Amino acid sequence: MTPVFCIVALFTLAGGLAAVTLKNTVHCALALTVALAGLALFFLRLDAQFVGFAQILIYIGAVAILVVFAILLTRSSEPEASGGIVSSRWLAGVIIAAAVFAVLGWAILRSAPALAHESAAPAVTVHQIGTALMGRYVLPLEIVALLLTSALIGAVIVAMHENGSAK
Amino acid sequence: MIEKLDQVFILLRDWLVQFLPADWQAIAATVLNVIAIIAVFPTLFAIVTVMERKGLGRMQNRFGPNRVGPFGLFQPVADGIKALTKEDVVPLCADTVVHFLAPLVLVVAVFMGFSVLPMGRNMVLADMDAGLLFFFAMGASTELSVFMAGWSSRNKYSLLGAMRAVAQMISYEVPLLMSSLAAVMTAGSLSLSRIVDAQNRYTFGLPHWYVFTPWGFAGLVLFSIAAMAETNRSPFDLPEGESEIVAGYFTEYSGFKFALFFLGEYVGMFSIAGLGATLFLGGWSAPLAILKWVPSWIWFFGKLMVAMCLFIWIRGTMPRLRQDQLMNFAWKFVIPMTLVNLLVAALWRFIGPGWTRWVVCWAILIGVYVLMGETILRKRHLGPRSYRYAE
Amino acid sequence: MLGEGLLKGLAETARNFAGSFVSEERLTTVQYPEERVAPIENTRDFPFLVYDGDDWHAGMRCVACQICEKECPPKCIYIEKSKDKKPDFTGKPQIYPARFDIDISVCMSCQICVEVCPFEAIKMDTEFELSTTDRFGGLLLDKKQLSRSNEHYHKIHPTEAAEVDARLAEEKAKAEAKAKAAAAAKAAAPVAAPAKPAAEAGKPAAAPKPEGPAASPQKAAENKPESPAKAEQGGASGS
Repeated sequence: MTPVFCIVALFTLAGGLAAVTLKNTVHCALALTVALAGLALFFLRLDAQFVGFAQILIYIGAVAILVVFAILLTRSSEPEASGGIVSSRWLAGVIIAAAVFAVLGWAILRSAPALAHESAAPAVTVHQIGTALMGRYVLPLEIVALLLTSALIGAVIVAMHENGSAK
Repeated sequence: MIEKLDQVFILLRDWLVQFLPADWQAIAATVLNVIAIIAVFPTLFAIVTVMERKGLGRMQNRFGPNRVGPFGLFQPVADGIKALTKEDVVPLCADTVVHFLAPLVLVVAVFMGFSVLPMGRNMVLADMDAGLLFFFAMGASTELSVFMAGWSSRNKYSLLGAMRAVAQMISYEVPLLMSSLAAVMTAGSLSLSRIVDAQNRYTFGLPHWYVFTPWGFAGLVLFSIAAMAETNRSPFDLPEGESEIVAGYFTEYSGFKFALFFLGEYVGMFSIAGLGATLFLGGWSAPLAILKWVPSWIWFFGKLMVAMCLFIWIRGTMPRLRQDQLMNFAWKFVIPMTLVNLLVAALWRFIGPGWTRWVVCWAILIGVYVLMGETILRKRHLGPRSYRYAE
Repeated sequence: MLGEGLLKGLAETARNFAGSFVSEERLTTVQYPEERVAPIENTRDFPFLVYDGDDWHAGMRCVACQICEKECPPKCIYIEKSKDKKPDFTGKPQIYPARFDIDISVCMSCQICVEVCPFEAIKMDTEFELSTTDRFGGLLLDKKQLSRSNEHYHKIHPTEAAEVDARLAEEKAKAEAKAKAAAAAKAAAPVAAPAKPAAEAGKPAAAPKPEGPAASPQKAAENKPESPAKAEQGGASGS
């Protein structure tokens, strides 16, 4: 619990809370970005450079942009006047949140003995990650690539002209 | 003596730091590094603005600014004073907080990029293992600030400009990344100082810069195209097309915030030009073995300025693209070319030294280029555009 | 081949860039406050009031007929007639403007006032450095500020001014001939005086001396309505 950890944790939590409590959806998206940036900082603090930078590159550079574009293109960015931020089915939300928290907590508590013996964190270089991805995990990587490609083609087909006169 | 001159900034920093207690020295050295970056690049920005205006003037057979100081060299000072003293107007309906944060996010993200660029021998702020990835992560963060600026202004021109800018930056980030991957593949590292080291070797007095290989040359050209689009430079400057959408996403900014956007744009150009020089032009290494005695930072900044001149030259020449041309160019030409270039770089590696790889690689690249160029030129239809939603 | 045009364009700008350092005639910029281009003859911006002779007040051609005030599309002219009269260039007593203001911040330089003026009294100037620190008072010019001598008119629009002068001389000669005829008819006593104005007709309007016998104002006014058309002709031939 170093001071840096506390600051980053507060930062992330504040971002996450703002993302669910703010009224303006674009503000929510921006607050979510703050939370994601905080997560990236956690990865960096754990010496996981590759994951940390990939988190910034993908979540802030692409996913956040996708989210705000989706908000802009689908609805007005004006905050809705009627009702509060609390949905009428808030009980279901609370139950789901509690369930997720319980599962996560259970998993962490179960694995606590594994963390007990303190070994030095292995220094994983980008080179090693690359070798692993191209060697041992090449099949999952290729499958993910195929999935993404098919998603891309699907998106193009959805966006294409109906009359078939694609540009 | 010459070694001292090469390391003059490092020695200066160490000399300054030694006056502090031992505990503080490491932090002080980092702070000094950061101060150096924050001081040098805005100065360079001032020089480049006046250079650009005079250069563009000459290309159009004008003088350019020549009133403030000798040959107009103090023009940036006058501009700076103007920007600082102007009223900071925030639109009534604007989202004040986001409107205020947008230029700050942009400038911070843009300056972060310099922390991994080696600007001379031993002159790199943070020599990270994943330096290139860090650079691109910071570059991706600027997109969000552009969106923030455009959205929070509550102005349709701003929002249109932001939409265009974000669409363009996302589209051209792919070729930017993929064209630099060729250099990463050959050097076998994401660390920029390692990539420079790989190029800092000489045969017969000539350097091993990647630009002198077929894939390196094509990579540099593709990288420059993508970099120009990524920094919203002409001919890809339609996010701020004055004739259509006033000034794009910073229409509603005035005074010092506008100056910050301007600064961010130019500093972004420096960082991306520095990255291009690092990846393909050998970073701080000398162009000839006999010139190795010249301080390394002179070579880095020299290459940076050459890249700036190229940017200015292109800005003075090319007309602005249209949005559909821009997207077609990215997805139908630049990205396929970068993919081919990646293949060629792999071939180059696996064929091994010898004249065969030169022939094969050049043949593939030129063949694909000519073929794709023919297809693009034949398919070019200059008729009216068809609109899907705007009818 | 793809990119050929781009390279050609780059070569062109490079040629311009290098050429601008080599050949001076490529740089057409005039360094304005130090260098100036001679204004072309048809330049016009804001109206001024012409006067003959040296005294701007005595020689002012304007007779405060207020036609320009009425015709002015943006209504930027304000005229007050005088109570007394002063002799005009032919020597007959005329009303003069007690106040003649033009608000050049409103004026749109349309030249209609010049075209309707029957007395050739208002013309277009070429002076353009009119900026002031007072945006209301400083741009409202009174008749003293508006007055320019006929020599100034000759300097800025020589052809047009010559035509105007010829026309005025003709009118003056006509008026004097009429006055002479009237005088001859009225009194059988011929005076040597008419010889003088006839001699002076060659260099008209330079120094209007009220020496000829006063012609009746009505008859002089009858001659005038044809002059706007002439002025228009003059303007057309000038352009």
